[in-house]
Amino acid sequence: MQEYDIVIIGGGPAGLAAAVSVKEQGIDNILILERDNQLGGILNQCIHNGFGLHTFKEELTGPEYAQRFIDKVEEMKIPYKLNTMVLDLNKDKVITAVNEEDGIIEIKAKAVILAMGCRERPRGAINIPGSRCAGIYTAGTAQKFVNVEGYMPGKEVVILGSGDIGLIMARRMTLEGAKVKAVVELMPYSSGLKRNIVQCLDDFNIPLLLSHTVTDIKGKDRLEGVSIAKIGKDRKPVKGTEQYIPCDTLLLSVGLLPENELSRKAEVKLSKVTGGAEVDESLQTSIEGIFACGNVLHVHDLVDNVTTESINAGKSAAEYIRGKSCKGEKIEVIATDGVRYTVPKYINVNNVDKVLDVRFRVGNVYKDSYISVYFDDAREMHIKKRILTPGEMETVKLTKAHFEKYPNCKRITIKVEGE
Amino acid sequence: MYDITIIGAGVVGCSIARALSKYDLSVCVLEKDNDVASGTSKANSAIVHPGEDPIPGTLKAKLNVRGNAMFDKLSEELDFPFKRNGSFVLCLSENEIPELKEYSKRGIANGVKLEFLNRQQALEKEPNLSDEVVAALFFPTGGIVCPYEMTIALAENAFTNGVEFKLETEVANIIKEKDKYTIETNKGNIESKIVINAAGIFSDVMNNFVSEKKIKIIPRRGQYCLFDKVQGDMIKSTLFQLPTKLGKGVLVTPTVDGNLLVGPDAEDLEDKYDLETTQEGLDFIISKARKSVKDIPMRDVITSFAGLRAHTGGDFIIGEVEDAPNFINAAGIESPGLTSSPAIGEMIEEIIVKKLNPRKNENFNPIRKGVPKFRELSNEERRKLIAENPQYGKIICRCETVTEGEIVNAIHRPLGARTLDGVKKRTRAGMGRCQSGFCSPRVVDILARELKVERTDITKFGGHSNILIGKDKEQVK
Repeated sequence: MQEYDIVIIGGGPAGLAAAVSVKEQGIDNILILERDNQLGGILNQCIHNGFGLHTFKEELTGPEYAQRFIDKVEEMKIPYKLNTMVLDLNKDKVITAVNEEDGIIEIKAKAVILAMGCRERPRGAINIPGSRCAGIYTAGTAQKFVNVEGYMPGKEVVILGSGDIGLIMARRMTLEGAKVKAVVELMPYSSGLKRNIVQCLDDFNIPLLLSHTVTDIKGKDRLEGVSIAKIGKDRKPVKGTEQYIPCDTLLLSVGLLPENELSRKAEVKLSKVTGGAEVDESLQTSIEGIFACGNVLHVHDLVDNVTTESINAGKSAAEYIRGKSCKGEKIEVIATDGVRYTVPKYINVNNVDKVLDVRFRVGNVYKDSYISVYFDDAREMHIKKRILTPGEMETVKLTKAHFEKYPNCKRITIKVEGE
Repeated sequence: MYDITIIGAGVVGCSIARALSKYDLSVCVLEKDNDVASGTSKANSAIVHPGEDPIPGTLKAKLNVRGNAMFDKLSEELDFPFKRNGSFVLCLSENEIPELKEYSKRGIANGVKLEFLNRQQALEKEPNLSDEVVAALFFPTGGIVCPYEMTIALAENAFTNGVEFKLETEVANIIKEKDKYTIETNKGNIESKIVINAAGIFSDVMNNFVSEKKIKIIPRRGQYCLFDKVQGDMIKSTLFQLPTKLGKGVLVTPTVDGNLLVGPDAEDLEDKYDLETTQEGLDFIISKARKSVKDIPMRDVITSFAGLRAHTGGDFIIGEVEDAPNFINAAGIESPGLTSSPAIGEMIEEIIVKKLNPRKNENFNPIRKGVPKFRELSNEERRKLIAENPQYGKIICRCETVTEGEIVNAIHRPLGARTLDGVKKRTRAGMGRCQSGFCSPRVVDILARELKVERTDITKFGGHSNILIGKDKEQVK
């Protein structure tokens, strides 16, 4: 069995940033395991720009952003294995992986960083009735076909779901010669970034139909059309509002799920809300020495946030290798009243240097509201927000001073409030 | 001229083909779709029924019980997944206990082993039964099977033993002549001494070409929801409810691959091609399933589908047609058709042996090995396989842990996969929780490479079900 100090599972943006961070901390005996045939993860197919405004203060495409980290990995001589799928991970941090050259690989790691990313929810997850013909793809699959392989999945397109990948693909399909007839969104608001709605739909006159959904799919061999309908207050289609849109392609952008099959095998405790691990301020999971970052932890809308989070995970893992204990009393962070979850969920005050970013999403659209942070029953922060939407991740910064002010704090509550 | 032509490469046609491949006969199977197991055989409950349900004395009763008993040996010879997980018939109200007892008499008359359980005893076997369950019958011989893998296994074995398969060959007419039949198809005429009708929901059409004794098959649609493997161990056995007039009702069952399956409803249609699911149908099966088990985890549904059953309202129609000598029906094979199929094969074999008294096929080999299943192997076995062929070290479908080696094997084996669904049925690539989101581009590549065609030629299931329509920017005007 091979032995490593730290193994990073996943060579996408999270895994790359974590690996670089670990190496910068002076831990050398590390390894990245990547299942695809190149490093970079999903960024390789995100050929649009808009990445890196925070991290590099410039606008990069996905592959360019990934390449900055890949270059660092190469410069720092961080070892990695491509086309290598991790089959098993247990709570003792023994990893079983497979590839063509080495066959079955068994590795004992002192620490593991989970950076496996997320996957798209398929049609079944929303149980759209109708035909099971060809021509129905998740937006990400279509993105891979178009951007990486150079093939078009269709020419007359309806997109269900206004997540960011759906919006981006509306523009991409248009630029590549397809006609995008509509983007249909179940909710009364888009779950994508505002800038994507403007740049990907509005600029191309693609209609965004809010509070609508696909109610039927027609086609024998290949898709021939979909029926859409308005959604009522009860979240069900309103009879009589159905309209039929002929199309040969339906793209689904109906949500992303962290890919935690391995975490489950390692008995890592997962959040029912995010589907990702429950972590503390060090991004350590319920299993000591197993850390998580990026979309495997919770789905991000900006890769820059993934990078920041992953650098922190790398630091924590390196400190853990140097013998720093992550045990000790922890404050629980409670998400309630419109706040769906927080990352981290637990805070060990001793490990907070200066500032701790607590990230979260809200469950609805709130206008002119406040984000409030309570230390036990004392309201310490009350931040005015002109608009809060589920599509944009929010952050509150907790400082060392906060924790010093409330030395006996048992729990922190974050919620949406009025005045 | 063939001795025997079998119409339909579903589980019935392929069972018959395999049974007849034991003899020195020229046998041909015609299939309108581009793969075997493309109709009812790929979309059904995947249950090996104990045989408690059919009315005693019917062909359904006899062939069900006989078929059930054949599965252990058959699955071992042909290397397809089969498990005797036992089945329950649940009673959901005290008032229905007399009916449950009455129902058990059918099982006893059919010679099926059963136990009568009170609620407590039932819960000991299945802790997740709903609060409504008051009593149950338990049938230890009930089982689950992978119906398309079984059909593929039968077809491959028949093919290896000399049976010819003509795919994408649709029968347009059958002409009765003096000593033979001429079968008109889209690929030209085929002559055969004997015709066996195993055309599933189209078996009425075939029968009615040659016989004045018309039959009518009603396509009875059944819809299903399939759940993620995280829910596969919610129950161990197959759970039926006390049957109604429309059949055995909605069942909840684990599948042999570890998913949870819920369905079907029963809706009689006109259109024999209507495989659409409907909101009403899906809502109905879920509401029914909730009566059997405590919690139906809707967030873990990975796909839904519909299948059509060949419903007649009566018994199976098996045997030589009175006014069409040498035309043999295996028609109206609805539930328990999958379970009965090996016994139907045997029954047709007896008819043919009586008719033709053929010599044995000296080279008949009953053994078929399936595609190696990486996910089920030990690490030692995996190492060995990868050392022999590194393609078994490359995972293509991450949800189901399917390797490139398995996909290439599935393409190049007898009657190999030519489509995305063909690969899926033979390897499970694309059948997992992401429903082919990640692996479909790679499977398209592998299919195109191995079959030496363009990627745009690759289809989901044949016909015009192409995955890709052209290159980027070709449509830009």
